[in-house]
Amino acid sequence: MQIETNVLLFELALTFYFIATISGIIEIFRGKKNTSRATLYLAVTGFVFHTANIAVRYLEGGHIPVTNMHEATSFLSWSVLVLFFFHEFRYKLNLLSSFIMPIVFLLMFSSSIFPREIKALSPVLQSYWFGIHVILAFLGDAAFAMACGIGVMYLVQERNVKSRRLSRLFQKLPSLQTLDEINYHLITLGFPLLTLSMISGVIWANSAWGSYWRWDPKEVWSLITWLIYALVLHLRLTAGWRGKKAALLSIAGFIVVIFAFFGVTLILKGSHVFL
Amino acid sequence: MNILVIGLNHKTAPVEVREKIAFAGPKLEEAAHLLKSSGVVRESIILSTCNRVEIYADVKDIDSGVEGIKGFLSDFHKVQGDLLDKSLYIHRGPEAIRHMYRVASSLDSMVVGEPQILGQLKDAFDAALKNRATGVILNKLMRKSVSVAKRIRTETKIAESAVSISFAAVELAKKIFDDLPTKSFMLIGAGEMAELAARHLINSGVKDVFITNRTIARAEELAHEFHGMVVPFENFVRELIHADIVICSTGAPHYILGKEQAHRTMKERKQKPMFIIDISVPRNIDPQINDLDNIYLYDVDSLQGVVDTNIQERAKEAEKAEQIVDEEIGSFLKWHASLSATPTIVALRNKAEEIRKAELEKTLGKLGPMEEEKIKAIDYLTASIVNKIIHPPTAALKADNDDKEVMLEVIRKLFQLETEEGKDEET
Repeated sequence: MQIETNVLLFELALTFYFIATISGIIEIFRGKKNTSRATLYLAVTGFVFHTANIAVRYLEGGHIPVTNMHEATSFLSWSVLVLFFFHEFRYKLNLLSSFIMPIVFLLMFSSSIFPREIKALSPVLQSYWFGIHVILAFLGDAAFAMACGIGVMYLVQERNVKSRRLSRLFQKLPSLQTLDEINYHLITLGFPLLTLSMISGVIWANSAWGSYWRWDPKEVWSLITWLIYALVLHLRLTAGWRGKKAALLSIAGFIVVIFAFFGVTLILKGSHVFL
Repeated sequence: MNILVIGLNHKTAPVEVREKIAFAGPKLEEAAHLLKSSGVVRESIILSTCNRVEIYADVKDIDSGVEGIKGFLSDFHKVQGDLLDKSLYIHRGPEAIRHMYRVASSLDSMVVGEPQILGQLKDAFDAALKNRATGVILNKLMRKSVSVAKRIRTETKIAESAVSISFAAVELAKKIFDDLPTKSFMLIGAGEMAELAARHLINSGVKDVFITNRTIARAEELAHEFHGMVVPFENFVRELIHADIVICSTGAPHYILGKEQAHRTMKERKQKPMFIIDISVPRNIDPQINDLDNIYLYDVDSLQGVVDTNIQERAKEAEKAEQIVDEEIGSFLKWHASLSATPTIVALRNKAEEIRKAELEKTLGKLGPMEEEKIKAIDYLTASIVNKIIHPPTAALKADNDDKEVMLEVIRKLFQLETEEGKDEET
């Protein structure tokens, strides 16, 4: 029965995210004020079901549900939404939902493809480091996902201004400076989270397997991701890589994050085998 | 329906004519007073702005009203009647209502969607109120026009985007920078359009203002006016490092800022974005600068392009606004119809008859079985009492009377009659 419930909740969340995405896209092209409110309400409704789904799985499995691809992708999508709501209420950026909901939906959709059984946590992983490590990692990735969405918004608005064709979309999108600053702020949030998650992972690996670093593909790709975002921050502070270049880099960075997330697990298989 | 508008505006009369007919300052009060006491109109509002002079009136008879107002205009301003005939437009009845709605919502303005006209119309109405020149009809029409204008403003995008070059520059600056009050601005050269754009930017609250000009005296003059600092013209490229927004308008026949210089400037600024507006013709800033990252260059034509798109956008929105105007004319006409005597008389009769029937039935019930003839007698008695009481008010309503609107209003209130107006009042 429990499994039935969580499947139902998942499907409801997925459906609401889908409708919210469509509503968000309509808003880009011809939206009025009530469309943007509709998008937000749809996202919130989906989020409520999604949270319930995660709670049910948590109670059933006895640990944070991130131990297979289905759960991990779903949890990432959930984390992106947490950050999205925070930004939505704090900054009230016009059209933010139109650019973030597609990411949320695509993650959720990929999650729906993977098998959904709830597995017990293998004894090796049973440690309080587990919770710390995964929450830091997922929030970090969520911040990078948001930075990517905002980077796309920046590129669209930059094109509007440069090409001197000022459409309705130009009127609706936030200013370039706002987008650039929030993009930067998200990377300065994601980077320390990623760093801390790697540190906690290293410590945990030592207590679980007796060695800090074992060059497994997930570790390698995490390191690559870390280097990319370190470079983004470095170039911004020293060489003035802001604006368009920063937006492009944050999109590229998130593509690497996604590869590390899916590609490594599906193609390269490593000691993060539980994923 | 005896509402009419007589007037002229920028479309029908050149400024030479408009200034002759305008009611400037104290003249307005005098005119309003004269018009009211002339007996030509029952209610009137005089609107006089630099683009239009209009008299809104409710008159006893349309044709004599038109002649009367025309006569008043030519007498007051001492102008020939045929000069007026060439420029004046006259709208009667529903068309007059449409006209007032369109004026209030700025559909009839030179720049469609400009917001000042509604305020000017309200001022004209306040003046008329002070003079007690308006009554039930124009008060209602005025209130309705304001609400139509507000509805159009919220439901269409008629007033949304900038339709002048200087405002377009500010609008763009706000889409590039988030907080203008922390940004610095440099004005290179001078010129009417550049100064206007500079003024709009400064009004939006930029932090520092730098002024540079080949003629140092002119630079000092402008610096004084804009509370800015003078930068020697030879040094301006170096000072660009501190300028986030630049407006350039010099008479130089060549580029005064090239791509290489701009590139270097950006490097020194650590790529902080720059918005450069080149109003000069021939252009003073190398257009290739726009290819550099984080520099946004607009010349006169590209700003004009922005303005043109915005104007087209407004024209599209104006069509929606005209539909709203159409709808709202209907609602005013409905209210106006309720003012005519017939519906009120019918409502009054019905109400009296209802009361009579209800009371009659109650009494007959209490009295118990009775002869047919007695019932008839009581019925007749009640009917004639009611008729006698109702006769004087209905007769007064039917008579042709100056205060008819007031009387109707009073009767509806005294007898608590429900008509269209009661339901429509708060819209």
